[in-house]
Amino acid sequence: MLKDITIGQYYQAQSLIHRLDPRVKIGGTLLYVITLFFYKNFIGYGLAILFLALVIRLSKVPFKFMVKGMKSILFLLMITVLFNLFLTPGTPVVTFWKLKITQEGTELAVSMALRLSLLVIGSSLMTLTTTPNNLTDGMEKMMGFLKIFKVPVHEVAMMMSIALRFIPILMEETDKIMKAQMARGADFESGNLIARAKAMVPLLVPLFVSAFRRANDLAMAMEARCYRGGEGRTKMKPLKYHKRDFLAYFLLLFFVVASIWAGRLKLPMLMVGVA
Amino acid sequence: MSIVRTENLVHEYERRDEEGNIEGVTTAVDHVSLDVKEGSFIAILGHNGSGKSTLAKHINAILSPKEGTVWVDGLDTAKEENLWEVRQRAGMVFQNPDNQIIGQVVEEDVGFGPENMGVPTKEIWERVEESLRAVGMYEYRKYSPNKLSGGQKQRVSIAGVLAMHPKVIVFDEPTAMLDPGGRKEVIRAARGLNQVEGVTIILITHYMEEIVHADQVFVMDHGKIAMQGTPREIFSQMERLKDLRLDVPQVTLLAYELQQAGVPLPDGILTRKELVDALISPRIDSLP
Amino acid sequence: MPITIEHLTHTYGEDTTLAVKALDDITLTIPDGQFVGIIGHTGSGKSTLVQHLNGLLKGSSGHIIFDGQDIYAKDYSLKELRRKVGLVFQYPEHQLFEIDVFSDVCFGPKNLGLSEAEIKERATAALEAVSMPKELYNQSPFDLSGGQKRRAAIAGVLAMNPKVLILDEPTAGLDPQGRQEILDLIKKLQTESKMTILLVSHSMEDVAEYVDRILVMNHGRVAFDGTPKEVFAHYKELEEMGLACPQVTYVMHDLKERGLPVDVSATTVEEAKQSILHALSLA
Repeated sequence: MLKDITIGQYYQAQSLIHRLDPRVKIGGTLLYVITLFFYKNFIGYGLAILFLALVIRLSKVPFKFMVKGMKSILFLLMITVLFNLFLTPGTPVVTFWKLKITQEGTELAVSMALRLSLLVIGSSLMTLTTTPNNLTDGMEKMMGFLKIFKVPVHEVAMMMSIALRFIPILMEETDKIMKAQMARGADFESGNLIARAKAMVPLLVPLFVSAFRRANDLAMAMEARCYRGGEGRTKMKPLKYHKRDFLAYFLLLFFVVASIWAGRLKLPMLMVGVA
Repeated sequence: MSIVRTENLVHEYERRDEEGNIEGVTTAVDHVSLDVKEGSFIAILGHNGSGKSTLAKHINAILSPKEGTVWVDGLDTAKEENLWEVRQRAGMVFQNPDNQIIGQVVEEDVGFGPENMGVPTKEIWERVEESLRAVGMYEYRKYSPNKLSGGQKQRVSIAGVLAMHPKVIVFDEPTAMLDPGGRKEVIRAARGLNQVEGVTIILITHYMEEIVHADQVFVMDHGKIAMQGTPREIFSQMERLKDLRLDVPQVTLLAYELQQAGVPLPDGILTRKELVDALISPRIDSLP
Repeated sequence: MPITIEHLTHTYGEDTTLAVKALDDITLTIPDGQFVGIIGHTGSGKSTLVQHLNGLLKGSSGHIIFDGQDIYAKDYSLKELRRKVGLVFQYPEHQLFEIDVFSDVCFGPKNLGLSEAEIKERATAALEAVSMPKELYNQSPFDLSGGQKRRAAIAGVLAMNPKVLILDEPTAGLDPQGRQEILDLIKKLQTESKMTILLVSHSMEDVAEYVDRILVMNHGRVAFDGTPKEVFAHYKELEEMGLACPQVTYVMHDLKERGLPVDVSATTVEEAKQSILHALSLA
């Protein structure tokens, strides 16, 4: 059913990674993604794969959940690989008809494929091990410094968490309105693009009306419960660093340094090929 | 002691045409004066559009009086500096169970009010626990609100208000969207708060069965208080209630019909037990 | 156009470990022109059942025969079925979308591909059937009162000219008079327009007052099926399912227990009154 779709796809488990402070996970993911662009050789990528494998192992999230995330970018991945493989000029390795695969192209294709896969798996690991709530909390805290520049950090975080709460409700509502209009003979499935777009009106108008009504109700309910923005607010679940978080930061630092070092090694991307 | 008092309260809505010009004015609340005693259970009845919800929103300072005054626990709701104090002392539970839960986890939603008030973290946890226990939802504290029934969601909303330690809770048609089971859960929770915690309850509804236990009932019509009294006094005026587009519980109606047919029954019978006792009593041994 | 349901089962999440049988082997027939009440607590399968009857949901197994034809047959037109079986959802006013009430009611007939004149004729007839005041036809549906919105939405389904009308809790959230108006409207559709009516309701008092037959749903099965008197005779079992009988039924049982010889099968105020008056005159 529609309402069972979860955004961000949190995977419930008891693990060290789940327990980490969201700030560590957000910061860690960010650093990890940046390091992916340092590497120019197999040692670097090997290091990244090793690091990711270790974190996945610790997170207790089954590997197949990461692969699921990959499916959505499979098409993009293939295009990237093919383009790089065939359109990079350089020393040809294989030639058939007008297409030639070059040594440089192969290296580029492999490193792009690796980079993209590692990026997607790495960042999905963050959403799989952190509840959406924790995630917004972490971001609010990390972006706190932006308040000096009058960026409404608290408000943005609150908006995100309300959106997350209402997505399943609105999904269910969409399903219901769709059925109600189908009972009046509406057809959402056949016809050309324009006909289909027009058929969406009886669905979208009630959905918007409902969303506005809910927003209005919610605003009133929040005011009734003394909500007045982030100022003077306390937290039921304040973020606090534990020993494990400092340890994680230390390991991350070590990983980044190692990455920089690996990135500077003058080694080829692939062991095989023209020496 | 009075906890909520209104004096000549007036609220008007402006009707506007398509260009935004004022077409006319609808008076939703028309010179209402009422006095609610601390610790009592009050019911406000009225058909849709009678002004009862508008009145409720004044008690929580969501609306501000156009004319007249509203005092909550001695505080004038029209004064800007009293705003947050009023909202803390007079909590409000709304009709739609989905549109008033903010948190994605039950306990976080209950903690929302105290967080806004700046209550220290440790105390928030204590308040959340005691509030959830008071409405019997403590076992569900880790649940997502989306997994709860309508009645359970409303009880979470009640806990969310209770955690702010209010003196009075206004229920604005809390049962209108629920099934009979859910309705009972909510009314039971409200009565429990009234009797155990001593919280003043103002219940707005159009389900007559729910007001049988109220200390005092106000019936609203066209923005005015049309009737007021104990449930028994209200329910004994069957014809008047029909004029006000309201109905009475089936038991009361049956008693009234029997009375009309000549059976000597007391006025305003409210419960099944009262009716049965009255019919069995030795005074009625033969039909007149 | 009778409806026959044969061994209908509906399972949610069929190939997962969390499979739930929302409907479990349901078999029943609804003859023409009957007024059927469907009761059951939330999650008992009553809403799921009615959504099968106009093909919005498809059973995992079993058949539905409408007017002699199996609606799951390959060449059966579900669009045609939805024209004949109208379904009014809970809070139907949430489906209103047009700029004015009249256009909104026209939406159904328009989808049927009727001529302009016929569309208008049907919309007018439907709005008259729900007693919508003429001056509201050109109003935005969003400006109507709660009860009026509800009636406009019901008119939107009536404009399809259905032979069977299914209503899922049509009185939810209305005030007593609004409830009464809707119920009277439904009764009129059954008696005057000869429609078959299926009414999903939580109110035992309403069901007892209006319907010919009650289906009690529990855990996806039909627990009881009979006249209001027959069904409410099982008042103890109904209570175990989390359902209640009309209040008067309890009064009658109490009186009988206390020695007044009343008819315990009374389900409406009128029946109860007659029976009590009769018993008192005997005493």
